Amino acid sequence: MQTGVPRAGDEGLARRLKALACTAPLHDLDARKTRLDWVDAERYQMAEIGLQAIDEVTLAMDFDHGAAQPEVVRRLLPFIGTQAPDAPAGEHERVGRWVIENLINVGSLDRGFAVEYGSLAADGRYVRRRFDFKLLVELAGPDGEVYLRASDEAINVLVGALDTDVESAQVAAEVKLENLISRGLLGDARLAAEQARYRTVQYAEALRQKLDATRRDVRSVDWLAAVPALLDEALTHIEGRYRAETAILDHIATARDEATEPSRRRQAAELVGVVRDCIQRHTQLQTRLQEAGAVFRAEQDRQQFAGRPRRAAIDVFGQLLRPCLTLHVATAVEPTAAFFRAGTGVRVPSVPSLGGLVETLLAPPSDRDPLGEPVPVPELAPAAPDPFGADRWGRVDAALPAAGRAVRLSALLAEARGADPDLPRLVALRVLHAVGSAVTTARTQGDAELLLAVDDGTVLRDAEYGGADLLVGTAEVL
Amino acid sequence: MSYPGTRSVPAVDVESAARLVAHGMRPKALPARDPAYADLVRRYREDDVFADTVQRIASGLGLVVLAVGPASGLVLAAVEDSAFEIRMDEYARRTVLANRQADKVMHGLAHLAVAALAFPRADDLADDTYVGRVSVDQVDGAVREACRTLSERVAGTAEADPVSDAPQLEEVWRAWLRRPEATATKDGRAGEATTRGIVGKALRFLADQGFLVPVGPDGVYRTTPRYQVQVRELAAQRTFDELLALGVLPAAGADSLAGVAGV
Repeated sequence: MQTGVPRAGDEGLARRLKALACTAPLHDLDARKTRLDWVDAERYQMAEIGLQAIDEVTLAMDFDHGAAQPEVVRRLLPFIGTQAPDAPAGEHERVGRWVIENLINVGSLDRGFAVEYGSLAADGRYVRRRFDFKLLVELAGPDGEVYLRASDEAINVLVGALDTDVESAQVAAEVKLENLISRGLLGDARLAAEQARYRTVQYAEALRQKLDATRRDVRSVDWLAAVPALLDEALTHIEGRYRAETAILDHIATARDEATEPSRRRQAAELVGVVRDCIQRHTQLQTRLQEAGAVFRAEQDRQQFAGRPRRAAIDVFGQLLRPCLTLHVATAVEPTAAFFRAGTGVRVPSVPSLGGLVETLLAPPSDRDPLGEPVPVPELAPAAPDPFGADRWGRVDAALPAAGRAVRLSALLAEARGADPDLPRLVALRVLHAVGSAVTTARTQGDAELLLAVDDGTVLRDAEYGGADLLVGTAEVL
Repeated sequence: MSYPGTRSVPAVDVESAARLVAHGMRPKALPARDPAYADLVRRYREDDVFADTVQRIASGLGLVVLAVGPASGLVLAAVEDSAFEIRMDEYARRTVLANRQADKVMHGLAHLAVAALAFPRADDLADDTYVGRVSVDQVDGAVREACRTLSERVAGTAEADPVSDAPQLEEVWRAWLRRPEATATKDGRAGEATTRGIVGKALRFLADQGFLVPVGPDGVYRTTPRYQVQVRELAAQRTFDELLALGVLPAAGADSLAGVAGV
């Protein structure tokens, strides 16, 4: 369908409608939360959680993949927890999962959202169109795991700069930041710095897509004009940003050191962290940009190497696949089905033999033993008896220091030797086991206290045992 | 040389010819692994009467002999509506009814894309010694990239979004782009209705048909000579003809058009 150039103003209207549509799934979260029967959803601000989720996913995006869903939920928990501190942790997690699944739109076939809008065609007719968009996208990582990435639409919703040019938005954010710093509005400055960082992530994403495509087929990417332009633009951009942000860093560091008000001081310190992260991301992007040319040359060498053509054949990608992609779905049914029928070979129909079937049906059922298979008699090995016995274990437990106290191993041994000649061995083993006890293991096991033994360099002088005279203590696991 | 059909063929030769056809129906049988099969292939190439008998038997069954060679063996294709034809309805049985048309197109497109990535250039398809490598990653990635290029072409114009009240008028690339590439399922595999699921199904099916052989643990497949013959001699041609009939003139290099039958 040829519509020509729409009237001025129409495009802006459509663009604003699309931008508006991107926020609809977030509003929808709060509108539908009352229907959840497993939670008192009134106390959760779902749209806020949704924004936070997109935030987390965007920050986790780098060149290779995004964040796995459970990881995102885990990072959301503290935020969700603040909204309903007395609710069980399981509920927080479920709320987090619900929000993310709704942002992916699990349940719909395409896992996305669509909104209708209209525009005026060249002949003045009103044409209804469908705008398809996604917020969180599931992608398969190199290891086969499914990761989440934020779509461009989501990043735009998140940063609030709806439908704007990447480069100009970044410049604007930068200018705003410098203004804010000079006026001392550091809270807003931090927000602006974070926005700048999302823009950088978008640049990296665009480059990653181009490089991926190059690795598959050099010809699919325009390395003559489009990519060099992108690389140039991105390099210029990094150059400018790096300079600007280093300057900003100096400013804020000064502001931080000079600030007298503690909260302003803390804000400035946080901002330093954000800007440092921005600079790091720029550097990362720059490294990738420098490698891009090498990737192209290597792929060109690899893909262009070919012998003389033997006979002419069809270029399946260029002559069949690409034209098929441009067809309407209804028109494409025939060519794709033709390829399928011709390209999948022959099916050999399985024919049941009637004779065999009759024989199988007429065969008397095989006798089955009502008791089933004989049960194998298990071979039982005698259990190794405890060489110490519960009594001695109890005595050692009693002899070990109480929480908060520390005793030397030599003292424990002497005490034990007086009571029972076999006891020192158990004491030595228990203490040896306590060297380097892992606190995390004890915590996951839910132990209340933990025996610790530390070597402070003192040598053990004992008739039976040698080594270090360890300091033995019991610590409470918090 | 006399017309072969006028000769009488000994019944034992008919049996051998039928056996060669039977070998061709076993997708994974190869002359290199079976001396009896290799003998029959050699005979087909040397003995015109025998070759004619094989072709007639195949034709009577509703099959066409595409190629016979020591590497590929006997490559058969089903004629339309033959009992041996694989039908899309059976292949893509588990699809949502409302989305049937789009789903069929996507399944067919996945097969087309596998062939396109297995033989990226026309020369690769023509070169008998070429062995292609494909994986789900590569195929879905390439199709997505092609779709993205198409979407960039209309970006910023009124055509950027499809007309909402006529789903059958939506372009194929939109449908492919809109479909998620993977979804997290309970067993950790890619969902079936996703593009990666659809491509994966195509690869597994082609491997069952003896057209692809898995190499390595990463889901990479290499092509077999049978597949090359099947795509070159039949599938690509038929699709090309369909597209010509639709008036979609594929952009072609001058050299690649020259050898195409029917152009």
